[in-house]
Amino acid sequence: MLPSNLQVEQFAGYPPEARKLVAANLSVLRQMPISFLPNLLREIIDYDFKFPAERVSINREFSTLSSLSPTQFAEWFQQFSQLSLSSQLEGLDWINQPGLFVEQESAYLWTTHQQDAFRKAAIEYGDRLQSSALLQPLPMRRLGIAIIGQGVASYNAPLFRNLRKHGTYFDQVRPDNGLELLLAEVETRAKAHPVPYGHWYVDGGQAANHSAEITCVSYRALEPTRAALLKNIDAEINRPGMGPEELRTHMARLAPTDVGMDRNGDAILDRFQLKLFTEGSGTQIFSTTFAQWTAREALRRAQPLTLLVRFAPRQRQRPMNELFFSNSTNPELDLEGSLVDADFAAYYHWINQQRLPGSDQSSFLVWFEGHSQALAISPSLPRGTTSSSAMDLGALVSLVTT
Amino acid sequence: MIDLTQPAQFGREAPSPQEISRRIGRSRREFLRDAAGVALGASLVGGSPFLRGETAAKKRKVIVVTFGGGARDQDTFAPEGQENIPHLLNELIPQSSFFTQVSNHGILGHYVATASLATGVYETLNNFSAVPPQHPTVFEYFRKDLKRPPSDAWVVAPSNGFNRIGESDYRTYGPGLGARVVLPKHLLSAATSGQTMDYGHLLRDNYETPLYTPQIEGGDFELQQLDSILKLSVSDFMAHAKTLSSPDELSMYIVKRLMQQQAPSLLWITMHDIDVAHSGAYSLYIDGIRRTDRLCAELWKAVQNEPEYAGNTTMFILPDFGRDADEDAGGNGFQHHRTGDAASRTTWMMALGAGVRRGVVYDRPMQSIDLVPSLGAMMGFSASISQGKPIQELL
Repeated sequence: MLPSNLQVEQFAGYPPEARKLVAANLSVLRQMPISFLPNLLREIIDYDFKFPAERVSINREFSTLSSLSPTQFAEWFQQFSQLSLSSQLEGLDWINQPGLFVEQESAYLWTTHQQDAFRKAAIEYGDRLQSSALLQPLPMRRLGIAIIGQGVASYNAPLFRNLRKHGTYFDQVRPDNGLELLLAEVETRAKAHPVPYGHWYVDGGQAANHSAEITCVSYRALEPTRAALLKNIDAEINRPGMGPEELRTHMARLAPTDVGMDRNGDAILDRFQLKLFTEGSGTQIFSTTFAQWTAREALRRAQPLTLLVRFAPRQRQRPMNELFFSNSTNPELDLEGSLVDADFAAYYHWINQQRLPGSDQSSFLVWFEGHSQALAISPSLPRGTTSSSAMDLGALVSLVTT
Repeated sequence: MIDLTQPAQFGREAPSPQEISRRIGRSRREFLRDAAGVALGASLVGGSPFLRGETAAKKRKVIVVTFGGGARDQDTFAPEGQENIPHLLNELIPQSSFFTQVSNHGILGHYVATASLATGVYETLNNFSAVPPQHPTVFEYFRKDLKRPPSDAWVVAPSNGFNRIGESDYRTYGPGLGARVVLPKHLLSAATSGQTMDYGHLLRDNYETPLYTPQIEGGDFELQQLDSILKLSVSDFMAHAKTLSSPDELSMYIVKRLMQQQAPSLLWITMHDIDVAHSGAYSLYIDGIRRTDRLCAELWKAVQNEPEYAGNTTMFILPDFGRDADEDAGGNGFQHHRTGDAASRTTWMMALGAGVRRGVVYDRPMQSIDLVPSLGAMMGFSASISQGKPIQELL
């Protein structure tokens, strides 16, 4: 099957909104090289379960591509067209299994030393898309908050090392009611601009009380899902012929109901949460990794206006099979290691936030929970400096967002 | 696979991969010149340190250590990472020839990349399958050309997937001409008869696919290795293993034992603790780097203390590859090595010991597949099918 021969009927297995999208843009899809097209179909097939920001992004991509002249279109995809794929790959059912195609294409490109060429083509394509997009101004400045070090009584090594040059380090913060004050700020922002999936609270442990207007993901709440998934994996691993790649393919096909998620839940959020475990590495065993990866994926996909991430202590390292399948309900915790993990994860939180539109106006705050150290990044705050002003977290977040 | 929905860098006008590689190499060079007082190498090329006669070649020992599985510049040689490698910096660099810009243009999986290092060809085998390399390994060249016995080439490897690394299936080399491979975890599993409760921390395996943790097996063959080759009783081995804290520490224990009992001329050690980074825990990744740094220094000390090795051993230390850059949207920073960006492809190499100039830094670009033909030129065998080029600065 070649892209130029695509027919709408071939997408009968796609969910309804995805089918409509394909029908409306079939002429664009037909022009795409096969090295590229399944990568886009992988997104389209999940269109019905995408966050609003993702749908806008896909719609905008089609709008941009539709506006190109044939010459421009050919130029945009020239590098992808020059990639050589095997006939075996081309013979795959890439319409209905685009994810499988992309996985095998990736392996093929690495094997044939074409990965660098694909990477270059993808980067240039992304840059073209970004530069051609007419972005709407954000309704409010984006705000990221990271709370790290839960349970750590004292820590003498310097924190926020990667972020200090970008913001102001505060060493006299009053920690009282810090979490409540920061969650109150998230709630205020959610009420002021009630965008669907626009304001998030991610907790690496048990979520604190929060407003229903906030999208919340917590490691503790997903414990049954995690346990069901690990049980599923355990059963799969013991099947004949199972290997790491086969297991990955199996997990990619799992639906929320396969791991006990409620059929009447939020279908978009449930799929997002399942993918945190099936696509993330280490999210199944370490709560710090879970929180970091959730923040990354929330920013990449939902592009929230507000994202508060609170890290919790992770279990101490043990052999992988024990980490996965131990029945212990009270695993030994690694408090200091978790702080180091979270400190670095806060840096990634900021990096991922800065990839989004409006980055020149966005703000970021990271606080060592229960302590007087914080770091704030904002267009209005000096960089690479220290402030000994005494203030609580409410005042600090106001300073960051005004 | 690259995320097509995201720009690669959030800064515009991103430098090219070649430029990034050059900058990484340059920053290493400048640091080493300033901090360790080492000389820049270009002006020193010429006059081979290895021209000390053929007789020396017969006794020459070579040890290759892969600083694995993959560490980035910013976590090691860049200013912010130097606190993690005090032994490399303060003890080994001053004695070394240091190559700042070593690129790996192959597949960035640990088994396939290590196989590529060992063959001098970018292998394309399945990283997750126990298959032999497709091209002759350095061990086959060494043994066939120099007519060395099996006991003269050994590999100590970390995990299940590496058990075929010792010899290829290449038609004119292959079976019977390769290195012996010892998998310390298999030894331990055999010694404990599978009852590994007290040793689980030494049996961590397969970080690249943490969800898939195959059973580590060990049986009569491994017990025979313990007894006849390492001259170790099961009880002594288990007692010592109890004092160790990681799989690489176990590997290093086996390496020292091999040096004492077999004294192979070509010894290859693949470290792996650092690859715990795939779990996403930055603190564990840094712990792995610090431990590997310490173990490299311990190994060099062991070389000096072994009569068979002291004074006639050349040791090479190099990562199989790096890890993804923080800024690359296609990856998740230190956690993986999936993007193929400059940070994940650009590494370094350190050579120290017999015949190597001390305290010299070379920053010209070279490739990791250049190692095998260089070893050939140094030891007197021809790596004829390798695609790398001998490193002239070592010859």
